[in-house]
Amino acid sequence: MTTSQASPSMRPTGTAARARSQARFETHTLLANGEQLVVSIVLPAMALVAMALTTSPSLGAGRRIDLVMPGVLALAIVSTAFTGQAIATGFDRRYGVLRLFGVTPLGRSGLLAGKAAAVLVVVVVQTIILAIIGLAMGWNPDVTGIALAIVFALLGCWAWVALALLLAGALRAEAVLAVANLIWVLLAAVGGLLFPTDRMPSGVADVVRLLPSGALGDGLRAALTDHDGRLLLPLVVLVAWGCVATVLTARTFKWSD
Amino acid sequence: MIRDVTHHYGSKRALHEMSWSADGGQITCVLGPNGAGKTSIMEMAEGLRRPESGQVRVLGDDPWDASPDHRARVGVMLQDGGLPGGAKPLRFLAHFAQLYGRTDQLEPLVEALGIRDFETTSLRRLSGGQRQRVALAAALIGRPDVAFLDEPSAGLDPHARLDVWDLIRDARDRGCAVIVTTHSFEEAERLADRVVVVAAGSVAAQGTADEISHHQGSRGLEDAYFSLTRPAGRHQV
Repeated sequence: MTTSQASPSMRPTGTAARARSQARFETHTLLANGEQLVVSIVLPAMALVAMALTTSPSLGAGRRIDLVMPGVLALAIVSTAFTGQAIATGFDRRYGVLRLFGVTPLGRSGLLAGKAAAVLVVVVVQTIILAIIGLAMGWNPDVTGIALAIVFALLGCWAWVALALLLAGALRAEAVLAVANLIWVLLAAVGGLLFPTDRMPSGVADVVRLLPSGALGDGLRAALTDHDGRLLLPLVVLVAWGCVATVLTARTFKWSD
Repeated sequence: MIRDVTHHYGSKRALHEMSWSADGGQITCVLGPNGAGKTSIMEMAEGLRRPESGQVRVLGDDPWDASPDHRARVGVMLQDGGLPGGAKPLRFLAHFAQLYGRTDQLEPLVEALGIRDFETTSLRRLSGGQRQRVALAAALIGRPDVAFLDEPSAGLDPHARLDVWDLIRDARDRGCAVIVTTHSFEEAERLADRVVVVAAGSVAAQGTADEISHHQGSRGLEDAYFSLTRPAGRHQV
């Protein structure tokens, strides 16, 4: 519209600094949201305490708390990376937040980077809180598997954030809210997050192992207990879901209703 | 600069060979009825929508694939606000000031727009007028060279509207090209250095308010507007 000279009063801010600022803003917004805290921390903590203090259903051989804890961490990752992120992004899209931030110097890629970084920060915070509760209840993880567990957690975050954006970019905000919560309940119950797939009927287990929820739950359980060679399938499944969801999201995501 | 822009939504033609321009140090008001194409052309200039044909240039660049440096020189106030409901006004504006590298602008804008009065309320709980003030502050916080303001005074009480007009004039006086869409003739007459009247996706008239009135043989901008934008077949009673 106009072709004026660059404003001398403008102070350049780098792309990385803008993405960091966005990550701080998103993290603060997530942690200040009471409903998000319930889904990300309170419900997984309640699942941890309830499952650790009961004996049924059986989770397999080994100390119960050691089998409960990886599943609860998997549930917490899905809560933050998928349910929370899908709902937040769905409503951001509805209210034009994605459009407004997309035309700032941050841009769309910076906005997505900020959201991803915020998810990682919240996952770290919830992991620390849940680990403290777990350790107080006698959790004794296999420390040699912690690096592997971090790999599974990162892959899980990637795959589930991509699925969250796929959902949030395709449906209206109210539908995202309903579907994301429904999926969370189903996955917590029968998705292989809290309950190992090897305790399920074989036909069901074969399907659940191919879901990103089953792969994340089984992968974290294997990494933090005996990591006896059951790592490859969950690893491949998470990478496959991450790739497919990322490609589909890039092709289908709508930035406004 | 908007040149020969045509765009369709499905089979409906939204814009037809629309051409107009706006200069630095001027306030350009875009007037037109609902569905005339005001928001569509603003979205194209903001980089939110790509025109089917024609050319849109802002600060010499194509806004659709503009660089962060370009976007740092452009302020945007969307019609639907675009404010994240869970955040509080000061935190949101402080973040925007960071994005634009202009943290020094936070306090003056917060004071000028009276945002302190509701700083502890989350954005989703603000009234429409309060949200308008926050959205305007976000658009101006980077001291932009070009500002696109989609109905900036909608929903404001008369005192707040005067404050908003003062801020818009301040931006103009320091050289910013301010493009404002409005339905208010009073706003256009009191604020605009230049008026663009759009109807049915095309420019019906452009110039100063006096030039448009004179050219239409009207008593004022309001009369000229109605004679320019009356749909075919609808007659004045």
